[in-house]
Amino acid sequence: MTDLVFPVIDLRVIGPTLALAVTGLVLLVLDILPPRDRKDHLALVALAGVLVSLVLTLLLWGRDARAFRGMVILDGYALFFNLVIGYATGIVLLLSLDYVRRQSIEAGEFYILVVFAAVGMMLMASAGDLIMVFLGLETMSISLYVLAGFFRDRVEAGEASMKYFLLGAFASGFFLYGIALIFGATGSTNLDKIANAVAAGAGRDPMLVIGFGLLLVGFGFKISSVPFQLWAPDVYEGAPTSVTALIATGSKAAAFAALLRVLLSSFRAPQIDWTMMIWVLAVLSMTFGNVVAIAQNNLKRMLAYSSIAHVGYMLVGIVAGGQLGSGAVLFYMLVYTFTTAGAFGVILLLERDGREAVQLEDFGGLAARQPLLALVLTIFLLSLIGIPPTAGFVGKFYLFGSAVRAGYIWLAVIGVLNSAVAAYYYLRLIVYMYMREPDGTPAVMVPSVAGSFALVVALWGVVQLGVMPAPLFDLAQAAVAPLLR
Amino acid sequence: MLLSLVTFVPAVGAVVVMLLPRSREELAKGAALLASVVTFLVSLPLWFRFDPKVAEYQFVEQRPWMPSLGISYHLGIDGISVLLVLLTTFLVPLVLLSAWYSIESRVKEFAITMLLLETGMLGVFVALDLFLFYIFWEAMLIPMYLIIGIWGGPRRVYAAVKFVIYTLAGSLLMLVAILVLYFQYGATTGTYTFDLPTLVQFVLPPGPMQTWLFLAFALAFAIKVPMFPFHTWLPDAHTEAPTAGSVILAGVLLKMGTYGFLRFCLPLFPHASLALAPWIFALAIIGIIYGAWCATVQPDIKKLVAYSSVSHLGFVMLGMFTLTPEGLVGGIIQMINHGLSTSALFLVVGMIYERRHTRLITEFGGLWKIVPAMSVIFLIVCLSSLGLPGLNGFVGEFLILLGAFQVDKLLAVFATTGIIFAAFYLLWMYQRVIFGTVTVEANRRLTDLSPREWAVILPVVLFIIWIGVHPVTFTRSTEASVEALIQQVQTKAAVTTAGATAGPATSARMIGQ
Repeated sequence: MTDLVFPVIDLRVIGPTLALAVTGLVLLVLDILPPRDRKDHLALVALAGVLVSLVLTLLLWGRDARAFRGMVILDGYALFFNLVIGYATGIVLLLSLDYVRRQSIEAGEFYILVVFAAVGMMLMASAGDLIMVFLGLETMSISLYVLAGFFRDRVEAGEASMKYFLLGAFASGFFLYGIALIFGATGSTNLDKIANAVAAGAGRDPMLVIGFGLLLVGFGFKISSVPFQLWAPDVYEGAPTSVTALIATGSKAAAFAALLRVLLSSFRAPQIDWTMMIWVLAVLSMTFGNVVAIAQNNLKRMLAYSSIAHVGYMLVGIVAGGQLGSGAVLFYMLVYTFTTAGAFGVILLLERDGREAVQLEDFGGLAARQPLLALVLTIFLLSLIGIPPTAGFVGKFYLFGSAVRAGYIWLAVIGVLNSAVAAYYYLRLIVYMYMREPDGTPAVMVPSVAGSFALVVALWGVVQLGVMPAPLFDLAQAAVAPLLR
Repeated sequence: MLLSLVTFVPAVGAVVVMLLPRSREELAKGAALLASVVTFLVSLPLWFRFDPKVAEYQFVEQRPWMPSLGISYHLGIDGISVLLVLLTTFLVPLVLLSAWYSIESRVKEFAITMLLLETGMLGVFVALDLFLFYIFWEAMLIPMYLIIGIWGGPRRVYAAVKFVIYTLAGSLLMLVAILVLYFQYGATTGTYTFDLPTLVQFVLPPGPMQTWLFLAFALAFAIKVPMFPFHTWLPDAHTEAPTAGSVILAGVLLKMGTYGFLRFCLPLFPHASLALAPWIFALAIIGIIYGAWCATVQPDIKKLVAYSSVSHLGFVMLGMFTLTPEGLVGGIIQMINHGLSTSALFLVVGMIYERRHTRLITEFGGLWKIVPAMSVIFLIVCLSSLGLPGLNGFVGEFLILLGAFQVDKLLAVFATTGIIFAAFYLLWMYQRVIFGTVTVEANRRLTDLSPREWAVILPVVLFIIWIGVHPVTFTRSTEASVEALIQQVQTKAAVTTAGATAGPATSARMIGQ
């Protein structure tokens, strides 16, 4: 008989995630307590949880530890993504506060699901095992499937939720099958052990290669890169706008976190050459996203295609690799989170004839009546194009810089030409705001203290990272350095 | 500190205007004008304390910004940029004054945009760090886009978007080239830096890499100049922009292209510059003649002036790539001349437009008797633009032709036809607008120049005559830097090729002294 050994578990290692999970549980209880008609306090508790999680992230900075038999890793990399996910969740909660009531979909579940989605995201960022990645992925995805369909009485919401769920489940199947094949080839699902097996020559095993390919399909779906992007426009359009913001920023950050960690720590390029594959995905995503976005009149759809293009840019960083390229991806994720969450924030604060202003025409003449809001949206759009001195420029500068350094000059050229194409559709929105008159009743801004505060946070991020990017970029580089050893 | 002050006073002014109440339009205009006048006054010491004997950068400021990437906040001016900085600070107050009544909607936003644009333009001319330069270069696009798109003519949105997309496509490729250069330098020397004076010391090995980098930079600048065949955005942008926008566009923005060639292309890529100079000459000559022909047939005065810019900037490009002291000094002076003459042309056309709300040549005729003062000013400006001796245009064009003649006599011959065509289209237009009998009744009620308009146009005319009569005041400050630049290009080109690509120019004679 062997003695049962209980592993000593340092719960601090999963501190930020745990804080959110506990918050979620507290919210479950609070939800069934009175008052039953208002749920504001749930949002505030959720925000407090996010804040605690962020503070814990900062307190743990510099620590390097593993727990649950290598299932969970605490390192600078995970902490950096905790920061991104924390910001994304915080901004989304602030934006949702008045929004869900205004849209009469206020329910305790909304906030609970957002918090649990964030738990899943953070787990993905700190996963040290493919099983853990999968668990995080599912926790996040299932929450998001429900959130996407929160407009229960709208057809588009049903479509969004159903499509997201069906395609997502399919992708999860691919992902799981990939894990199974990799396990078969290497005998483990632990990232380090897979790395050892690959280094020992398992990289030539067709089973491993196929498993790796299936894994990429699953990730491709979650980050919505071409050709796995089909769900994105419909889901972005049908979901409540604050949820769209979460899908665009948080879920993408989590998927990128896991993808990059798997690629860097388990499947090193010399053994399994995935650069060509990612190269193709990057070019396809950038080009397809930008070209199709030109034809969109619905802003949420336009931002969906634009997000596909931005995934392409970030894949450029992955292709470039190294500390510079991977660090650039992390930095860009942060920039993209602030910018995109901000852009969605402006959209959901605007109403026209009692409905959300999501069509291009709804923004006609906005600058004349809401100069401040128009200016804020303009800054976000300039950041999405990549015009200095906004954060978007610095982010692209690092990404394309790393590509040039790694010798992928043509990839950088394709990337910058895509940016020029992208300028066209972002500028079109500026044209509507500044150079057109509204037809019919103009859109008005809904007064919302929380929403305005969210915009201020996002704007601060865009400006701060644009003017003084060095500290956070150094942080991002330091975060990826251990993975590259 | 002086350069930072000059560069950022307009931006501070923009913030002040932003804080003013929306209802007080006069106050916003006044504050913007004040900010631009202060900028001009602050920039004057740059001229008086500028040492024309020194070829190096002066008024240098350098502070670390992103040290881990070798990016610093590095400013400085030399003989190549000092006049352009002053041209900018000189034109902006005049432009704001000229737009006093013609901009009626969103006056406050207009003032803010103009001031931000000024900061961007000045930044481009004073930045000595490639990263910093690129930031100003790109950031300046957006104010210009808004000026064309909000306050422009009927097809303003089309023109504004075309302007931005065109310029952006070119400059983004330049960004990639900047990055390639940065990593090439880093890989060779071990230190990574965006510092221009440091990078210029670096001799990039001749070959396809240098040619590609040159082409990427050149494309961005050629679009801005604009050189044939990248000029198609210009007539649209000029025609649709409000007068103030056209003046800034012609007066300053186009100079950024030619300045970029001088500051970056020539010293960074000497071999490619020399090897590709014949192509640049060809495009410059085509631009000179094609621009002039297009200008001749335009029914719209503003479009005529726009095409004349294509022609005149062809001269500048021609002069710069001769790499002779005459050609280069002529090119720089011609940039200033074009900035003054074309701005003045746009200003006068704007004054006519404000009165009649049309710019079609056929709508006018016989203005001489009705508005004599305006007619005289218009004549001086036209003559200056077509290069009449005694006025500024002659000095620049003459020096450029002198430079071109040394490289290839045929170049000078072809380029000279451009001057003849310029005389033809400008005088023919002038004749149809000013002379003859009054054909349209509405013209009889035109009023002559108001005191405000005198204040706008007179300073420009003063400099048109000053440069024409005594160019040495201005050429003197550029010569040392020009000599140094030529020296640098030729020694760098000689270092690695040992005479494989013979430079077209060897002259060391200086001009007019």
